Amino acid sequence: MDTLVNLFITAVFVENLALSFFLGMCTFLAISKKIETALGLGIAVVVVQTLTVPINNLIYRYLLRDGALDWAGLSSVDLSFLGFVSYIGVIAAMVQILEMFLDRFVPALYNALGIFLPLITVNCAILGGTLFMVERDYTFAESVTYGLGSGFGWALAITAMAGVREKLKYSDVPDGLQGLGITFISAGLMALGFMAFSGIRL
Amino acid sequence: MADSVRKILFSPVVDNNPIILQVLGICSALAVTTQLSTAITMSIALTLVVACSSSVISLIRHHIPANIRIIVQMTVIASMVIVVDQFLRAFAYEISKELSVFVGLIITNCIVMGRAEAFAMKNPPWPSFLDGLGNGLGFSAILLTVGTIRELFGSGTLLGYTVLPLARDGGWYVPNGLLLLPPSAFFLIGLIIWAVRSWKKAQVEQAEYRIKEMRQPAETV
Repeated sequence: MDTLVNLFITAVFVENLALSFFLGMCTFLAISKKIETALGLGIAVVVVQTLTVPINNLIYRYLLRDGALDWAGLSSVDLSFLGFVSYIGVIAAMVQILEMFLDRFVPALYNALGIFLPLITVNCAILGGTLFMVERDYTFAESVTYGLGSGFGWALAITAMAGVREKLKYSDVPDGLQGLGITFISAGLMALGFMAFSGIRL
Repeated sequence: MADSVRKILFSPVVDNNPIILQVLGICSALAVTTQLSTAITMSIALTLVVACSSSVISLIRHHIPANIRIIVQMTVIASMVIVVDQFLRAFAYEISKELSVFVGLIITNCIVMGRAEAFAMKNPPWPSFLDGLGNGLGFSAILLTVGTIRELFGSGTLLGYTVLPLARDGGWYVPNGLLLLPPSAFFLIGLIIWAVRSWKKAQVEQAEYRIKEMRQPAETV
């Protein structure tokens, strides 16, 4: 249990996907103008991440890994080169299913998150989470925790960024830095702040 | 013809750069630039993937049903990336280890998707190939600039060769450790944007709010 809590805290703060691995930067910079929209997108990322990382973990362990097809009597088959196609397929399919499910059963949430869901397929944070899970060889329980933690960390980062930008638009920025430039600089300052967490050893 | 080729190929490098103007593909731009060698590998890999996937998608553009086009594009791109990844593992294992997940992340690199969706779906294969190549070059230009600055001033080397002898080893240069940390990439790209926009005024964004000029209070005599 302790290791899982550690993993969660590490995924949220120390190895924040957005601020220390730069994943999902395109959406991070594009959708962080208002707090409400940023929060909506953040929640959508948490949900999708918590679903896709464990599912891809199962696919990796029981279908793709070297010798994973042992249960089917094909112990010498190594399908790990098919990884990228399978993972992105799972992500695209999950997003689609989630969209239909929300539309049918939770219309209120669908209206709030609807426009963000298609964006999530091409969010590098989602695929990045899966690839890190494969690279670090997490167990199923660890992958659930990691999915939740990394999604939460990303949501935290984009909401904080949106808060900063809402204030920032009233400030007097030099012409060339207007808009994108100053956003980069403030994201850098936030990343510096998050680096303080890297000293934490749990 | 020659003119339009040049226009398609070179306008993404400065005038319409994917990273600093279209805000695409930033994820990998920041993470792989601590060393010049990984930045070069990443640039070559991405340029190849964009150029090839754009031309393939443009070849089959009349056969893709509109409502599942994203998945079709994803599959084409993912297959290209698998080829690149397997190639790197076979011939440049060390670099492929250092790039870790970022080779795979070319799939979700918005430049590839963006060019497929915005250009390759509407144009014949040859211009699409050039457009992909041009955007790849624009991406590479930023990546190599950031990579050079970070490696040169962060560890005093270029491609592993010592350029600025470090004080630690008896030289004179005290390296700036900040440049090896993630935040420096944000600052560098922010500054590059500033530099390019001071040169090309047309790219400057309008502010949403302007602060009113402070009026001097009338002096009381």
